[in-house]
Amino acid sequence: MPAKLILSLDGAVLNEYRLDKERTTIGRKPRNDIVIDNLAVSSEHAAIITILNDSFLEDLESTNGLSVNGVVTKKHFLQNNDVIEIGKYKLKYVNEQPASATQDDLEKTMVLRRPATIAPEPGSTDSGDGNAELPGSQVDATGQSSMPKVGEATQKVAVAQPVAAQPQQAAVVQVLNGPNVGKEVELVKSLTTLGKPGVQVAVLAKRPHGFFITHVEGAKFPSVNGESTGEQPHQLYDHDIIELLGVKMEFYFKA
Amino acid sequence: MDIQDALQIVSESHTGMVRSHNEDSVTFDASSGLVVLADGMGGYNAGEVASGIAASVLSVEIGHQLATSRPEKKDAVSGEDVGVVLLRENVKKANASIFHVAASQPQYSGMGTTIVAGLFYDNRVAVAHVGDSRMYRLRGEIFESVTRDHSLLQEQIDSGMISKADARNSKNKNLVTRAVGIDAEVEPEVHVYDVQVGDIYLLCSDGLNDMIEDEEIGATLQMLKANLPLAAKELIQLANDNGGRDNVSVILVKVNGKFSAPHGWLANLYTWFKN
Repeated sequence: MPAKLILSLDGAVLNEYRLDKERTTIGRKPRNDIVIDNLAVSSEHAAIITILNDSFLEDLESTNGLSVNGVVTKKHFLQNNDVIEIGKYKLKYVNEQPASATQDDLEKTMVLRRPATIAPEPGSTDSGDGNAELPGSQVDATGQSSMPKVGEATQKVAVAQPVAAQPQQAAVVQVLNGPNVGKEVELVKSLTTLGKPGVQVAVLAKRPHGFFITHVEGAKFPSVNGESTGEQPHQLYDHDIIELLGVKMEFYFKA
Repeated sequence: MDIQDALQIVSESHTGMVRSHNEDSVTFDASSGLVVLADGMGGYNAGEVASGIAASVLSVEIGHQLATSRPEKKDAVSGEDVGVVLLRENVKKANASIFHVAASQPQYSGMGTTIVAGLFYDNRVAVAHVGDSRMYRLRGEIFESVTRDHSLLQEQIDSGMISKADARNSKNKNLVTRAVGIDAEVEPEVHVYDVQVGDIYLLCSDGLNDMIEDEEIGATLQMLKANLPLAAKELIQLANDNGGRDNVSVILVKVNGKFSAPHGWLANLYTWFKN
């Protein structure tokens, strides 16, 4: 189902428009797809580029500008329920297709074979000024786009701490002996490592159904309540005692 | 060092939590330094067939051709590394076989596959890819993507139409602009990169990077690099814990030592005797 725009003025719905064209224009002049006959609206005020399931709003150098959800903008990637304001008029963007549904067909990788290049419509009376700056004008989906250079092909991503994947009861590991006695480590990340790299390391994994300790490296395995875990992941329960490199630690859930 | 001793390679593949079967194919050959990952698409079991053909054409053909030539030698025609030519030509060969099977068997009509393949030789890696299966590299603290997807979304990012942050909300995530086996011809993208001791290379299907942020993939590799099989298992588990909406496959390659090609007449003589 294509996305649509609902035009309203002072809360009263005036019209509904389906975004089933690659380029939908909004303006005062009758040649626009969405005509708003009001002097606050420029003759060609804005355009919406729709590529498959995504729509992009662009201000066509209008006199009075536009805003999305109260923020003045020139270019905006529309999300479901965004409200575009042009003068006193509101255009609500509705695209109910879920981005992350489990519907198989939506999720499956598909090949885009026909070029999705956005070109001005043949015979269009548009001045072309707006088109020259269209963000989509460079899209070439034929697969013939130029090869990226090595430097461009790589995207630097500094290694950051992982984000917790799932909501989970908070848990803590507290050191019971040695120089760090009393020290607490809250297990907020999906993975937390314990131990000394190159000597002995274990990883604590926070999973949807609990916390697990797994041996990573070292000649000895960690132990839980005095028993070696072996190589396999071992689930942790409240007040389990972990031992690694002679250091005892208590695992417990935060109340 | 012999390439087999210099590289540690592990792979894992899982159907995920939603799909009924696994359309990914992974294969590697430690003695020739070749790794191949393909993510098939098409109805019924056609996706598996397509990715399976691609993986076997690459591994079998490249294996054969490396028996008589060295990947670091220059190709007589193009002047490129033989390794580069081998990857490119065999992706094209896989394309032709999939295309022909699809054309002759109605149940396989329209099947295709993405592919990412690496050939390690002489302290380098040649990387070929088509579609949105990726290669990443962890070098020191930096985890970065080596390949750039052939996808509508990547093209939108490149053209500045959509920011990388906004891209997460795109509804056009799974549209590839190139695939193996869909058309009579395909142009794989091939590049050569220098390899350093300590590097870890990750090849994955989009079932991994759609489910886990790059930052978290990098952090997981960083934490678990001492235990490569565990790192591979943990990545698959993270993807499944986050929903596992697609098949998820990974190949990890860890560079434990230099693997220079044999140079000079003595080395050549030695290889000659060894054969």
